[in-house]
Amino acid sequence: MCGIVGLFAKSPELEQRLGVHLAAMLAQMSNRGPDSAGVAVYHDPAPPGSSKLTLYSADPAQQWGDLCAELAGTFGAAHEKSVRASHAVVLVDADAGEAESWVRSHHPELRVMSAGTVIEIYKEVGRPEVFAEQFRLTDLQGTHALGHTRMATESRVTTEGSHPFSTGLDLCLVHNGSLSNHNTLRRKLQREGIEFQTENDTEVAAGYLAWRLREGASLEQALEGCLDDLDGFYTFAVGTADGFAVLRDPIACKPAVLAETDDWVAMASEYHAIAVLPGADEARMWEPEPGVVYVWEKAVV
Amino acid sequence: MVADAALATEVVDLAVTPLRELNQRLHDVGRTGAGPARWRIVNPRGAHAVACGLDAELEVEIDGHVGYYCAGMNQHASVRVKGNAGTGLAENMMSGTVVVEGGASQSAGASAHGGLLVVHGDAAARCGISMKGVDIVVRGSVGHLSAFMAQTGRLVVCGDAGDSLGDSIYEARLYVRGEVAGLGADCIEKEMRAEHVEEVRELLARAGIDDAAAEEFRRYGSARQLYTFKVDNAGAY
Repeated sequence: MCGIVGLFAKSPELEQRLGVHLAAMLAQMSNRGPDSAGVAVYHDPAPPGSSKLTLYSADPAQQWGDLCAELAGTFGAAHEKSVRASHAVVLVDADAGEAESWVRSHHPELRVMSAGTVIEIYKEVGRPEVFAEQFRLTDLQGTHALGHTRMATESRVTTEGSHPFSTGLDLCLVHNGSLSNHNTLRRKLQREGIEFQTENDTEVAAGYLAWRLREGASLEQALEGCLDDLDGFYTFAVGTADGFAVLRDPIACKPAVLAETDDWVAMASEYHAIAVLPGADEARMWEPEPGVVYVWEKAVV
Repeated sequence: MVADAALATEVVDLAVTPLRELNQRLHDVGRTGAGPARWRIVNPRGAHAVACGLDAELEVEIDGHVGYYCAGMNQHASVRVKGNAGTGLAENMMSGTVVVEGGASQSAGASAHGGLLVVHGDAAARCGISMKGVDIVVRGSVGHLSAFMAQTGRLVVCGDAGDSLGDSIYEARLYVRGEVAGLGADCIEKEMRAEHVEEVRELLARAGIDDAAAEEFRRYGSARQLYTFKVDNAGAY
């Protein structure tokens, strides 16, 4: 199964309480995905000239301060922004891509969950309600967020195999469904220089989007490419620095519902994840058409 | 007064009453023949399986949106949803009436044997899939693969139909007023004779739809080439 939620704030009040609403939506999707949960939250942009990394360590005794000192030694300045359970958000005075590559090569024991200037990704195994508590989701403010609850079908239940998957700077992907041509596509993308950290099918979709974007496609074009190149079932939600996009496969086996009020735009696998939002009863609601890319961005809304 | 008690509406708030308790109480009326005949359910908040498996002449009104399988397996009851419905609305309905004032997600009326299903908004993909005698009237449009393997019954669509309408259809009759994106295997357009206009008129009247003229509909049904296997048609499967 798996559950997806997405929330885009259209008012300052909603931005203040984004984490509260996100946690509530995620809890509603618990039965669709009790194995693992994850969120991508867009908030607190890094100051000009610096970038933001979300890092994961499997070691509970991880000293994030030591890592920041090393990063500062390399790039001039770096500091720890926040630590939530096994994840830390670090600000570095460097290009996000360079900082990410440095961590990957110098600290292979760590995972870079996200890199960019606004995105933060948190994900972990376990029930979504427990995850929300561990990572103090209700503290989070932000402009928009995506969340995922996982019921694994194609690969193991691990922190790394949880969603969202990073698809490039400030980009991420969550997926409900399963892909059947992911091994073939993974090999093809590896030849193009895309790196993978797991055997997960969704990571291949994330890698596919990263590759298409690298080759110059717009987000909309990259998503439309999925219709031709991915074989399987999917409802995707993609987070960008400015908003999010939704795509269902042409057969539309996997559910999705969209709703909008003056204060927010929300998407979810099932309506009862939207029902917990203020004003949900009066929201304009519709089911996204199969094979059609929907995009919300700050400028558009 | 007895008459007043029979007309009184039992209100159940799903924000406080567990769903299983509600459904059990509704089933108990069918089993024992005793209990309120009119029910109003508030705060459904997208819950799944609301008013499923009813088997009595109840009138059930649901104030809000429901999740999957609402009014599934319905017999005899009239269920009205004042909102939208998720996947599998009135799935396997045997008799009675299910009306949704908003839209319905995919597989509305799937494999239903009888009764009347009315969707005032749009119905998504696979509306009436494998229908076996139900009548379905959709005021809006239906998605792709609607009436897939439809066996008997009537599907009336006031708006448009998505791709592969009536794929592998048997003897169900399909009426569409708007555009059909494409017909599925073995589904063809057929002549709209006087008895078909009359049939559509009667179904629209039963659905309470008075702003669509029966003459505006076109009829689709089975070419009857594929539902018994002929080796000459092997390539078409």
